[in-house]
Amino acid sequence: MQKPVINIAVAEKHPHPSPLPEGEGVSGALGATSKSGCAAGSCGSTDKQMNHLPEHIRDKVKNHPCYSEEAHHYFARMHVAVAPACNIQCNYCNRKYDCANESRPGVVSELHHPVQAVKKVLAVAANIPQMTVLGIAGPGDPLANPARTFETFRMLSEQAPDIKLCVSTNGLMLPENIDELTKYNIDHVTITINCVDPDVGAQIYPWIFWKNKRIKGREAAAILIEQQQKGLEMLVARGILVKVNSVMIPGVNDKHLEEVSKIVKAKGAFLHNVMPLISEAEHGTYYGLTGQRGPTHDELQALQDACAGDMNMMRHCRQCRADAVGMLGEDRGAEFTMDKIAQMDINYPEAMKMRAEVHASINAELEAKRLAKESKVQVVSIQGLKKKTKSRPVLMAVATKGSGLINEHFGHASEFLIYEASTDGVRFIGHRKTRPYCEGGDTCGDGESALDTTLRVLAGCEAVLCSKVGYEPWGPLEAAGIQPNGEHAMEVIEDAVLAVYEEMRAAGKLDAKVEEQKVA
Amino acid sequence: MSFEIIESCTNCWACEPLCPSKAIYEAKPHFLIDAEKCNECAGDFEDSQCASICPIEGAILNEEGVPLNPPGSLTCIPLHRLAA
Repeated sequence: MQKPVINIAVAEKHPHPSPLPEGEGVSGALGATSKSGCAAGSCGSTDKQMNHLPEHIRDKVKNHPCYSEEAHHYFARMHVAVAPACNIQCNYCNRKYDCANESRPGVVSELHHPVQAVKKVLAVAANIPQMTVLGIAGPGDPLANPARTFETFRMLSEQAPDIKLCVSTNGLMLPENIDELTKYNIDHVTITINCVDPDVGAQIYPWIFWKNKRIKGREAAAILIEQQQKGLEMLVARGILVKVNSVMIPGVNDKHLEEVSKIVKAKGAFLHNVMPLISEAEHGTYYGLTGQRGPTHDELQALQDACAGDMNMMRHCRQCRADAVGMLGEDRGAEFTMDKIAQMDINYPEAMKMRAEVHASINAELEAKRLAKESKVQVVSIQGLKKKTKSRPVLMAVATKGSGLINEHFGHASEFLIYEASTDGVRFIGHRKTRPYCEGGDTCGDGESALDTTLRVLAGCEAVLCSKVGYEPWGPLEAAGIQPNGEHAMEVIEDAVLAVYEEMRAAGKLDAKVEEQKVA
Repeated sequence: MSFEIIESCTNCWACEPLCPSKAIYEAKPHFLIDAEKCNECAGDFEDSQCASICPIEGAILNEEGVPLNPPGSLTCIPLHRLAA
C-alpha cells in the first residue's frame, strides 16, 4: 500500500561543463568574512567558520550534528514523520512517492501519529544515546499539520527534555503559528526559501493553498514569499535560530540565490544552506519529467562559495529523508519500526541518566580535539608563513567511516568526502555519493558500472585517499587523472591531505595545471 | 450531491481537517467521503475544500465521476510526460 509521501528530489546526474562564474563579493557584504581577511570559506577549519557567530548561537550549534562538521561524527539526529499534509506544491517534489531505498528529503516509509512518534523517539534515544536532535520535517509541511506537529512537540518537551527540537517548514503558515512554536523550546527553525522574486517563484511553485483557496502562478509565489520573509523576521525577533535552506535549480534560481542569501542573512538567518536539486526522471517530479537538470559539483561549489562565510558549516549536509534515524549519512530507521518499538520497554528517566553520561564524555572528547586543533593551527600557520609560495589549489577525495580519519577501503565507500588543499591550508568542500565499487557488476540497468559511477563523481579530484585500494581500480583511476593513495591509512584527514599536497608540490605537480581530467 | 475519494489517494490527511461537514474520514486503503454528509462545501466556502488542497490529480471525483483536478492541472506536467 502506498503511504502518504512527499518526495523532494535529488541531484547531480549530468556533469555539465558549465560552471558558474567565480563567485566573489557576496561574502563581505554579508558580514560573514573571517576577520583575517581571507576570502570567506577558503581558509581554516569549521571552528573558524563558526567564529563569526555570536557566542550564544555558537553554543547552541556546536554540538548539533546538522550544523557542526565536527559534531556530526559524534551526535545523531532523527526525524519523525508526523506531518503528511502539505499546503504548497514544489516542482521538485512528487506527492505520490514512497520508496524504502530512497534517501532524500520528503521521502518516508511509515507515517506516525504523535503518540507513536513520541514512543519511537524515546526508543531511539534510549538505544542511541548520541541522538540529541529531533526534527519534524514532513513528509509534508509541519505547519500544514499544526495539531499533529505541536502535539508531538508538547509531549516530547514534557517527557524528554534532553532532546533538542527542530522544525523545517516552507514558511507559508509560519506567521500564524509563531506563538505556538515558541511555547516548546524550539530553538531552531529551518525555512526553505528558494526565491524572493515572484517571477522566479512562479517557476518553482505551481500552487499554494491559502485562505481556503488554491492559488496558482505568480500570485501564489508572491504570497508564499511574503509569508516566508515575515516568518523569518518574527522568528529572529523572538530569538529563535533560523536556518534557510535553498534548492539550487540551474537556470531557474541559481543566480538569484546570491541575492536570497544577502537578504536572509541581513534579516538575521544565522545560516544559509544551498542544496543541489535532485531531479531524476524516475522520481516523477515536474523537474524530473521535464528534463530540468541539477547542478554539477562545480556549479554547486561555486554558488556555495559565493554565498560564503559560514557555508562550510553545512558542507556535510546529506539531505536526509524525512524519517531518517542515526548519524548523518546513515539511516537506522529499519531498527525502529513500530512493530519493533512495540516490543521495547523503555524507562526514559533511567535512559536519560545514561544519555547524560555519554554526552558528557563526547563533549570532553570534542573539547580536547578543539584544543589540540587550535594549537596545531597556530604551528601550521607559522610554518606556512615561512616557506610557502602561492600554488594552485587541488581537490582530493577521502574514503572515511567517520571520526575524522582515513579509515575506509576504496571499494567499500558509498560516499567520498572532498577536500581542497591550497597554500592557505585544507578545507572541507562537501561529500559525493557513489555505489560501493565492491558491490560490483553492471547493476541499476543504466549500463554504468559502480567503478564508472565513482570515476564520474570524483571528477575534478586529483587524488583519492583511502585505507586500502585494490589493484583493479588502480589503472582506471590513474587514467582518469585521479591518483589512488593508500599510504595514509588511519591518519587524520586534514594532515594526510596536506601531506599529499606537499608531496605533489615536491614532485612539481603544482606548478602547472594538470591536463584536463578524463571523465568516464 | 457529494464527492468521492478514489484509490489514487495517498492518505496525506490534508483534506480531513478542512471539511466543514466532517464528511471525510480515515479508512483503509484510503480516506473516504461520507456521501450523506458531503454537501460539496455549499454555503460554507466558495471552493470545495478537499479539492482545493488535494495534491493528487484525479483522486477526488464529483458526482458525475469527473476528476475535480484532472491530470496535469496541479503539477503542470505535460500529459505526454505523465503517460510515459
